[in-house]
Amino acid sequence: MEAETVYIVLAALFGLFMAWGIGANDVANAMATSVGSKALTIKQAILVAAVFEFLGAVLAGGAVTDTVRKGIVDTDLLAGSPELLVYGMLAALLAAGTWLFIASKNGWPVSTTHSIVGAIVGFAAAGIGVDAVQWGKVGTIVMSWVASPLTAGFIAYLIYQSVQRLILRQEDPLAKAKRYVPVYIFFAAFTITLVTILKGLKHVGLTISLRDSYILAIAIAVGISLIGAFVIRRIEPDKKAEKHQHFYTVERVFGVLMVVTACGMAFAHGSNDVANAIGPLAAVVSVAQNGMITAKSTLPIWVLMLGGGGIVIGLATFGRHVIATVGKKITQLTPSRGFAAELAAATTIVIASGTGMPISTTHTLVGAVLGVGMARGIEAIDLRVVARILISWVVTIPAGACLAIVFFFIFKTILP
Amino acid sequence: MANVLANIFGSSPVQPLEQHIGVAFRCAKQLRAFFVAAIAGEWDTAAAVRDEIDKLEHEADDLKKEIRLHLPKSLFMPVPREDLLELLLVQDKIANLSKDVSGIVIGRKMQIPAAIADQFLDFVERNVDAAKQARKSVRELDELFTAGFRGAEVTLVSALIEELDRIETDTDSKQAELRWALYEIENSLNPVDAMFMYQVIDLTGQIADMAERVGRRLELLLSH
Repeated sequence: MEAETVYIVLAALFGLFMAWGIGANDVANAMATSVGSKALTIKQAILVAAVFEFLGAVLAGGAVTDTVRKGIVDTDLLAGSPELLVYGMLAALLAAGTWLFIASKNGWPVSTTHSIVGAIVGFAAAGIGVDAVQWGKVGTIVMSWVASPLTAGFIAYLIYQSVQRLILRQEDPLAKAKRYVPVYIFFAAFTITLVTILKGLKHVGLTISLRDSYILAIAIAVGISLIGAFVIRRIEPDKKAEKHQHFYTVERVFGVLMVVTACGMAFAHGSNDVANAIGPLAAVVSVAQNGMITAKSTLPIWVLMLGGGGIVIGLATFGRHVIATVGKKITQLTPSRGFAAELAAATTIVIASGTGMPISTTHTLVGAVLGVGMARGIEAIDLRVVARILISWVVTIPAGACLAIVFFFIFKTILP
Repeated sequence: MANVLANIFGSSPVQPLEQHIGVAFRCAKQLRAFFVAAIAGEWDTAAAVRDEIDKLEHEADDLKKEIRLHLPKSLFMPVPREDLLELLLVQDKIANLSKDVSGIVIGRKMQIPAAIADQFLDFVERNVDAAKQARKSVRELDELFTAGFRGAEVTLVSALIEELDRIETDTDSKQAELRWALYEIENSLNPVDAMFMYQVIDLTGQIADMAERVGRRLELLLSH
């Protein structure tokens, strides 16, 4: 077998494995709230997640994938020895996968994104040279890791505040919910659609003018909002259940909204996290096919589809179990709260995907949950977990880097 | 695999607190059946009810410990942890008092003087009412958390607490009348029995006092 084929097959296998891991574990964060609040059954959740993760990966995953495959390493320095990039990217995938495995065995809240970025920086700095790392870009990426949870938290705070003021603190919250929830649905659908059209679609070869983009986004959002309004109108108050919980029916109205934000969250997650698995793969493929590093090489669509497919397989095999487990543990995130967190996180993530920033979707969602908490929306948040997340940030990058360096030199020795 | 999203939520004290006041109220409610049996001299029945009170008081105690155990300082909550722990403490006193008062009566096989028996039962009833109203108020806790302690829900809970205050005032005047009635017949009683009767009245009356303090604690939460 030719060396090029070996590289592509190896990279595809590693990439598929990463995508599988992402689908098995991380997707649960997007869907668990909907399942926990019974807005969706577990089967519906898996179907929604599969469809929207795949769509997100294929339609809006291009920009982040480009960042991972050619934004971190300065490929100009590798013009004479393109095989180094292949070894490095294979090493990065293996290193990130290994680190995630170790972390999840120990229950550390480690991010896939942080691991892969750390690994790529590691092999580039140690294996090629410190100058091979585009430090400016890496700096921007690290800044986005701090900014994304903060942004999501702030948006979630504002959204939940508005929900409390407009609906939950009113005399007749049910009537108010029925009136305002379709408006929230509109905003959720509009934001996510618009960012996708503006920032994502060009990677699949579609270009739509700015004006048409807005018109299309508004049309889609109005359509979804009308469907939502129709479903909401048919929700009847359950007097018996309301005796125990006055907000019972109100929460069911929010459940409809939650379905929409869960789709958005799955889409956003697919659009950002797919790059972790297939960014390195895409780099390997372009080197192997062209025999050299071409900065202008476009991203083959089959690579995105492989990533999307891997996520769906992970979801179908292990995701079901994880969604059920997480869903049971987050009952505090009722639909009125869960939607605020999901909408804020999804918006932040989709914007990051559009601008090519590989961020941690999980940490962004945690930031959003804290935002709802700041709006006095959550009964009890365990701050020790937040501390653990901060520690994992500091540890993951060097750990991913060191592992990648080891694997890089192994590959350099054994691969043709 | 530990999931970050799942772990970020500490165990909420809200449902357990609602559950705890439920047990405390059921404990106080037994006093009605207990005193009816005691006045009728049916000590077997009274002992059975007393066992039930004992059991419920233990249940409340276990819940109390459980809540405290799951309320570490690292929790971030919309209201101060100390206020919730105080609320728990006064809720628990309702169960404790029910146990204490029934303990004294059963231990001495106390005869409630026939002259004040009806009046006494009426007084017990009113104290149980106060505990019930406290339960009704505490059961609004989850709605209060959802609404962020503002708006229509606060008005609703304030009204519940006002009613609780009215019931407590009512028990106070009933207690004064009862003591007066006892004073009028105390010379016909064994002095030690009379003293213990005063104590039983006093302890029973404290149930409504504690219920009222549950209301005060809730009010403190509302003002955050």
